Amino acid sequence: MGEEDGMGDGAEDRGNALYGPQPDVAGASGYPDAPPRVGFFTDTSVCIGCKACEVACKEWNAIPADGLALTGMSYDNTRGLGADAWRHVAFVEQRGPFGGPEPSAAQDDAGDVDVFTAAARISPASPDGGTGLRWLMASDVCKHCTHAACLDVCPTGSLFRTEFGTVVVQEDICNGCGYCVPACPYGVIDRREDDGRVWKCTLCYDRLGVGLEPACATSCPTDSIQFGPLEELRERARARVAQLHAAGATDARLYGESPDDGVGGAGAFFLLLDEPEVYGLPPDPVVTTRDLPAMWRQAALAAVSLTALAAGSFARRRR
Amino acid sequence: MSGSDVTRDGVRGARPGREAVPGAHAGRRRRGHGRGERPVVPDAEFASYYGTPVLTKPPWKPLDIAGYLYLGGLAGASSLLAAGGQLTGRPGLAAPAKLGAAGAVSLSLAALVHDLGRPARFLNMLRVIKPTSPMSVGSWLLAGYAPLTLTAAATEVAGRYRLLGSAATVAAAVLGPAVATYTAVLLSDTAVPAWHEGYRELPFVFAGSAATAAAGLALAAVPVVQAGPARRLAVLGAALELGAFRAMRRRMGLAAEPFGQGRARVLVRAAELLTAGGAVLALCRGRDRRLAMAAGTALLTGSAALRFGVFHAGVASAEDPAYTVVPQRERLAARGG
Repeated sequence: MGEEDGMGDGAEDRGNALYGPQPDVAGASGYPDAPPRVGFFTDTSVCIGCKACEVACKEWNAIPADGLALTGMSYDNTRGLGADAWRHVAFVEQRGPFGGPEPSAAQDDAGDVDVFTAAARISPASPDGGTGLRWLMASDVCKHCTHAACLDVCPTGSLFRTEFGTVVVQEDICNGCGYCVPACPYGVIDRREDDGRVWKCTLCYDRLGVGLEPACATSCPTDSIQFGPLEELRERARARVAQLHAAGATDARLYGESPDDGVGGAGAFFLLLDEPEVYGLPPDPVVTTRDLPAMWRQAALAAVSLTALAAGSFARRRR
Repeated sequence: MSGSDVTRDGVRGARPGREAVPGAHAGRRRRGHGRGERPVVPDAEFASYYGTPVLTKPPWKPLDIAGYLYLGGLAGASSLLAAGGQLTGRPGLAAPAKLGAAGAVSLSLAALVHDLGRPARFLNMLRVIKPTSPMSVGSWLLAGYAPLTLTAAATEVAGRYRLLGSAATVAAAVLGPAVATYTAVLLSDTAVPAWHEGYRELPFVFAGSAATAAAGLALAAVPVVQAGPARRLAVLGAALELGAFRAMRRRMGLAAEPFGQGRARVLVRAAELLTAGGAVLALCRGRDRRLAMAAGTALLTGSAALRFGVFHAGVASAEDPAYTVVPQRERLAARGG
């Protein structure tokens, strides 16, 4: 990865609050003349589940294969984000208010599914021709948080903030301690077992440096994944929600776009058609380091208590 | 599916692109599905993505990291006993405590390096100093503390450079309590519900657990005439550990549930019984050499069981989306969101 810049080493948090809105995230990390912060707006209402983003990401970033398994989770055989999946398309099949019989009811005695019988049972159950089924698809990715727990807790300085406001792992520094893995409130970053280091989306740091868009956004055929300056994306997203609400799709909501949320706003945010947890996203994530000052205080008190206990154990003899 | 009646809903001809509007009659959400085979939170209704976890569980090996939590506590509190023994003229207490601290911290360093994905790069831990990273702070703490305990132990064994040894012993006792309690911050500063939600009390649990472990080692290794402080420390440490642990579990709400289930439940139960039993035995029968050894063994085992119990409860809470989703939903509801 392109980490020629010594800026990120140890300077990640200078002048940066641990929590709350942070309008100049790159500036707070030591970039005086940073370009505008960039990110993703993933509009899941136009995602068609083609997985071009997953493929483009794997190709461009030379991510190794991570096995082939059929999960039974609709068309999702990637399962989730991880060291070897930096984009993940979720598929959720939902039965609407007019629901017909379950396709899986078409099992014969041997337990085999007759797909033709099953397909025939999916019939329009409402006068307007609707099937009573809804298929949600959403391409998940690293959120590139304003307050990134992975970056905060990284003991080596391997994780750093780029001049674009994104969060990137320097693979030549990472020693595989794994602390960032449980720190992430979204479960994004993970350790690659045969490699020992952690990996995640870099928002194509190498492409950004030469003025290209990230591979996933470039490959997305429906513009479900939109890349650009974060402020511009937020504006576009708000307009899009208003458009959908006006069209009757009142389920549409933005996820991660607010600078007032628990991570200070995500650099990659989403338009969802259902609650976040339906897509495997936490409904109200909070960066764990928000509470770190209190944690240090408690640990200091506990250390003093331990010393006092020991002192008391010796002192009582003199009575 | 060919021949089915999925319609395009008004988009014939023109490619809708990013302005496409989905069906106005949106479906209901599926609730509470995919809870897996463990009926952990039967009453909590929540949605999840096929029951898959929201968080990624820590990639740490239990023996390495829970073992490190235990050994770090044992070392830190042993340094206090070593300094106390030295200052109050109890060489029979100070010597084993010094050796115990040095041995425990050496083993724990080995465990930490062993757990790295790239052990050869362990020195990168000292590449930066980051107060926002408990692991960075801990690395620097250990980098200062470990040489002090080794010096204290080496001068004790050699019987030479006593002044240097005394200084190292006292300095190790200053850093020891921090080594014993920072590990609670190490766990709490994660998104893991059963670790993060206990951040107020966990340092006190670990402080008490460290005290009982060090007292246990001393009870097992020190002649009874000089083990008085160890007996008292066992009782005080057990009271702190068990009291803080109870308080923590009461206050954590749903996130406390993993402590009462599966492997964590067995470990935590064993820890409570061994620690309480060991402390009572030390207090009442600690002047009998053999019973003191039994009490010491119980305390050492109890402290280890507690650390492994806390470790496994955290992993279990990360693996089940309920512990992530339900409290966050309740938080949103309380805010009126």
